[in-house]
Amino acid sequence: MQETSTSADAGIPLFERAHARAGDKGNTLNISVFVFDPQDYDWLVRELTETRIRERFAARRPKAVHRYLLPRLGGMNIVLEEVLEGGVNASAALDRHGKTLGYHLLGMTLPRH
Amino acid sequence: MSEPELLHIGYGAGFAGDRPDAAIALAHDLAERPGPRYLAFELLAERTLAETQQRRLADPEQGYAERLFDFLDPVLPICLPAGIPIITNGGAAHPVAAARRLRATLERIGHGGARIACVLGDDLQDALDPHHPPAWLPREVPFEDIVSCHVYIGAESVTRALEEGADVVICGRIADPSMAVGAIRHAFGWSATDWQRTAIALATGHLLECCTQVTGGYFADPGFKDVPDPAHPGCPIVELKRSGELVVTKTAGSGGVVNARTVREQLLYEIHDPGAYLTPDGVLDLNEVTVIDHGNDRVEVTGIRGHPAPDTLKGNLGLGGLWFGEAGISYAGPNALARARLARDILLERSREQCPQLSPRIDLIGVCSVLGDDRGEALEQTMAEGATGTDVRVRLGVVDRDRAAIARLLQEVEALYTNGPAGGGGVRKRLGESLRTSAFTIDRTLVSTTLRWF
Repeated sequence: MQETSTSADAGIPLFERAHARAGDKGNTLNISVFVFDPQDYDWLVRELTETRIRERFAARRPKAVHRYLLPRLGGMNIVLEEVLEGGVNASAALDRHGKTLGYHLLGMTLPRH
Repeated sequence: MSEPELLHIGYGAGFAGDRPDAAIALAHDLAERPGPRYLAFELLAERTLAETQQRRLADPEQGYAERLFDFLDPVLPICLPAGIPIITNGGAAHPVAAARRLRATLERIGHGGARIACVLGDDLQDALDPHHPPAWLPREVPFEDIVSCHVYIGAESVTRALEEGADVVICGRIADPSMAVGAIRHAFGWSATDWQRTAIALATGHLLECCTQVTGGYFADPGFKDVPDPAHPGCPIVELKRSGELVVTKTAGSGGVVNARTVREQLLYEIHDPGAYLTPDGVLDLNEVTVIDHGNDRVEVTGIRGHPAPDTLKGNLGLGGLWFGEAGISYAGPNALARARLARDILLERSREQCPQLSPRIDLIGVCSVLGDDRGEALEQTMAEGATGTDVRVRLGVVDRDRAAIARLLQEVEALYTNGPAGGGGVRKRLGESLRTSAFTIDRTLVSTTLRWF
């Protein structure tokens, strides 16, 4: 009983229900996220909030976080402004484009309901 | 000749570092198809123009995309006899030099009758008079840093070149999807102010412009998104009907996959507001787009909408003046993470003492690197959460104007061999110019393009 309730409380790893692709323009990162199963779209919209995204990328101090919902594609486009430490133009980071960061998003765990 | 109802367009490269071999199979596939067919090569990235401009300054016959002819040479004998025009932005900072070299190639391989059109007008460097800087030039940019200055031009010149009989169209900084728009308008005679049809053409170009990123490249995730024959993803082809019906597919017999997921991911790649993707040719609106997977690597895209082109064009300044240095050293085995962290602390202390003007960033690869930040906050958090590691690389990165100071700091990493924690090995250093770009907007009436024939 206890184990069951623990695993229910642990939530859903986003990568189990969605796929993502990251792209950059200057110091701005966009990550498109799509559910594998269309039935999970409402859950995605409800749980993958701008507040939670901002918390996930807090160390990068986003200037702004926008979500653009695309119900017909079963996903959303997330735009994070000024999170690439200067981006491909000026960053001292290993991944100047932020191409790996789509999977940082997919590493989130979201509430089941 | 009756008007064509269906065209085929493929992109054989999606960036300067792409693979040339997949394009050969693409050219063979296109040659087997009936009706209007086009092959495009997208070979520019944000900073490529600054890099190629520097090469042009060093050698007046250089300045085009370095690997342009790795892509062009093998497909010429396939495309020219089949009547497939080739369009590329690989002219980069010097399309004329690319055309001259291509002319020599054509004579040599027995296609001396082929016609090359160069699209000029995207290079605005001549307008940069330091005593009378143009109004559109961003004031905050140090004039002496400017290496290149280009505006993203639209499809118009490509269409004109094809109408006038070009076999190869060499452009510089044309917008990536505009090469497709120019070809599509040529095949179907679509008007440049028909925003709905322009949007369909833009969506075609946008889906194709990163080449294999829509056919299973930048996509595979074992167990979640598997890709057949992932070592050989095929180049993409769009089959577009005059009615606007758009199907994405790929080179016959190639690896990779085209499905609803690859197409969705590419639709939003490097897009901000999906309702307003601004291009020189029009505004693409993807808000109502739907993808329909017909199986067998065929995906239809519907619901594309368009809006009038913006009054301004985007431009990019290539800027020099900065240097990028990187160095690394590895630690392994018992207590490796503690030793790597100690090496990081030592480097930060030495940097403060020896090069106080620099702000290096130090990652621990294997613990927290690409997910980290310049301040090391994510790294500290990862450590606090009890990170472990028995194969850890300390990586220092720094960007600054002071090349000598960077060189001195990189030397501090190497000095860890005899001065740092026990067992450090595998030092590598590199230091190079860090070209960057700065965007600007310019009224489109100030930009005019011309064709030059070779």
